[in-house]
Amino acid sequence: MIIRGKSIVLNHNNISTDQIFPGKYVNLTDSSEIASHVLEGLDPGIKQQIKPESILVVGKNFGCGSSREQAVIALKESGVCAVIAESAGRIWYRNAINLGLPVILIEEPALKIGDDEKLEIHLKQGIVKNISQAMDYQGEPVADFILEIFESGGIKPMMRKKYASS
Amino acid sequence: MAMHAIHKIMATASGRDSVSVGEIINVNIDVAGINDIYLLVLKSFEEMGGRSVWDPQKVVFFFDHNAPCGSINAAENQKTMREFARKQDIPHVFEINRGICHTVLPEAGMVKPGSVVIITDSHTTTHGAFGAFATGVGSTDMAVILMTGKLWFRVPDVIRITLTGSLKQGLMAKDVALYILGQLGADFAVYRAVEFSGPIVDAMSVEERTVLCNMAVEGAAKTAYVQPDQKTVDYVRSRTSADFTIYETDGDYKYENEIVFDMDSLSPQVAVPHNVDNVRKVSEVEGIPIDQVFIGSCTGGKLNDLAAAADILKGKRIADNTRLIINPGSKEVLERSIELGYVQTFIEAGAAIFTPGCGACIGLHGGLLAAGEKCVSTANRNFPGRMGSPQAEIYLTSPATAAATAIKGELTAAYPTSEI
Repeated sequence: MIIRGKSIVLNHNNISTDQIFPGKYVNLTDSSEIASHVLEGLDPGIKQQIKPESILVVGKNFGCGSSREQAVIALKESGVCAVIAESAGRIWYRNAINLGLPVILIEEPALKIGDDEKLEIHLKQGIVKNISQAMDYQGEPVADFILEIFESGGIKPMMRKKYASS
Repeated sequence: MAMHAIHKIMATASGRDSVSVGEIINVNIDVAGINDIYLLVLKSFEEMGGRSVWDPQKVVFFFDHNAPCGSINAAENQKTMREFARKQDIPHVFEINRGICHTVLPEAGMVKPGSVVIITDSHTTTHGAFGAFATGVGSTDMAVILMTGKLWFRVPDVIRITLTGSLKQGLMAKDVALYILGQLGADFAVYRAVEFSGPIVDAMSVEERTVLCNMAVEGAAKTAYVQPDQKTVDYVRSRTSADFTIYETDGDYKYENEIVFDMDSLSPQVAVPHNVDNVRKVSEVEGIPIDQVFIGSCTGGKLNDLAAAADILKGKRIADNTRLIINPGSKEVLERSIELGYVQTFIEAGAAIFTPGCGACIGLHGGLLAAGEKCVSTANRNFPGRMGSPQAEIYLTSPATAAATAIKGELTAAYPTSEI
């Protein structure tokens, strides 16, 4: 599975779900309403930068904190097509897998990649190709089990297929 | 192969004799808890073609984050969830009067050693204090559980934190938890389990141990664990007659990392804005004027927390520049606090009492902060915007420090006079 897009770099560690999607909005369930508050707790201006096929490049422990799934929905619905992190909060990471938002873990991504650079992510191999800089970065290959979920567009279509007949 | 007790719980729950670190296994769930801010669980359940939940007896609804509702939106969500619970014949519905899921579930005798407890709340690691495998998940994972009764997990490595020495009078598990986070950082346990052990843990009440396990998630832990002892058994036995199994870690099990902290010289700790691992001694930052003190949450709203606060507030008044909000973690905590006279103490001191639940901790209601305001909170997160304005500042402390701060109107440490 190969993902192509342009980078938006947020060079911070520990960007919490409270910053990605503030707690005061957790009762919202409509995807476009959720997306309208993306990263508002970090910088309300960022949402103007996010376009379809944006790849978010962040530091360590991205998505730490709460289990709110809106912290993935907000990014995905805003146009973020993948996240490159050094590490990710595990509940956020699971939510991302389930909702089919690919995440790849590489070392110090926010120091290697600049803003608005053209990237290509090879999930199975765990490689990020920086087309703009003509550089490759080796990260963690994504396990087949998780790759299958990403390739299905998330766990919902997989479950639907599996249980539709029963 | 040598296994940790957590691995043995996971192995049994997946119908196997053993599991290895790194393996992905499908685990049977004993308790599946859904909070009232997770209507998305039901949406995902529907989208995946779910019709009936796999076992209504094992599903629990908690109306705790909006307790009671502070917006029409929240009310609509709760209405839909109540209808779902009724339609699915789910007997365990903890209504808006009951309190926070992590306080209520053990009180109800529904957390047992050796069981698998999954709730749509990141602080579910709390229940490792009872020897359970417990962790939080998002909505879609929970919907998968509702359909199948199972969820996949990668078997985690385990880090052991051994706490030696003894705590000075007046220090609480919260000081210990903050100290650990300050030393190790907010991502020290990412994808890993954390076990707490040693004389400090042995000496703690089961309730205090829940603070260590609760705050482990602030170090990015997948789950936390305390090996059950007689105190655990006594607590669980006082709450349920159901059977349970205590698993033991093999003697030759190799921890991924072993960390020892001596607590003899520990002093009151505070996490200053805007990260939980931004920890200082209270003495280093004393004197900061505080607009609001919040005593509550799943880590600071238990009976012993309110006891510590009442001990300090008895016969005193809070400072004119400060507001104090007391938010009991559960109905039971509130009832006992009334019986023991704590509530009277709080009211006389000038506190506002909020109904049992998550309250201001998650920034939905019950004491939100304006831009530029400073709050001392006994909760577990101080991220920007957590309790209202992103321009507000949150300082995390023990209930004892929080109570002393309310009296002085500025950040200060205190020691309660009685045993806590």
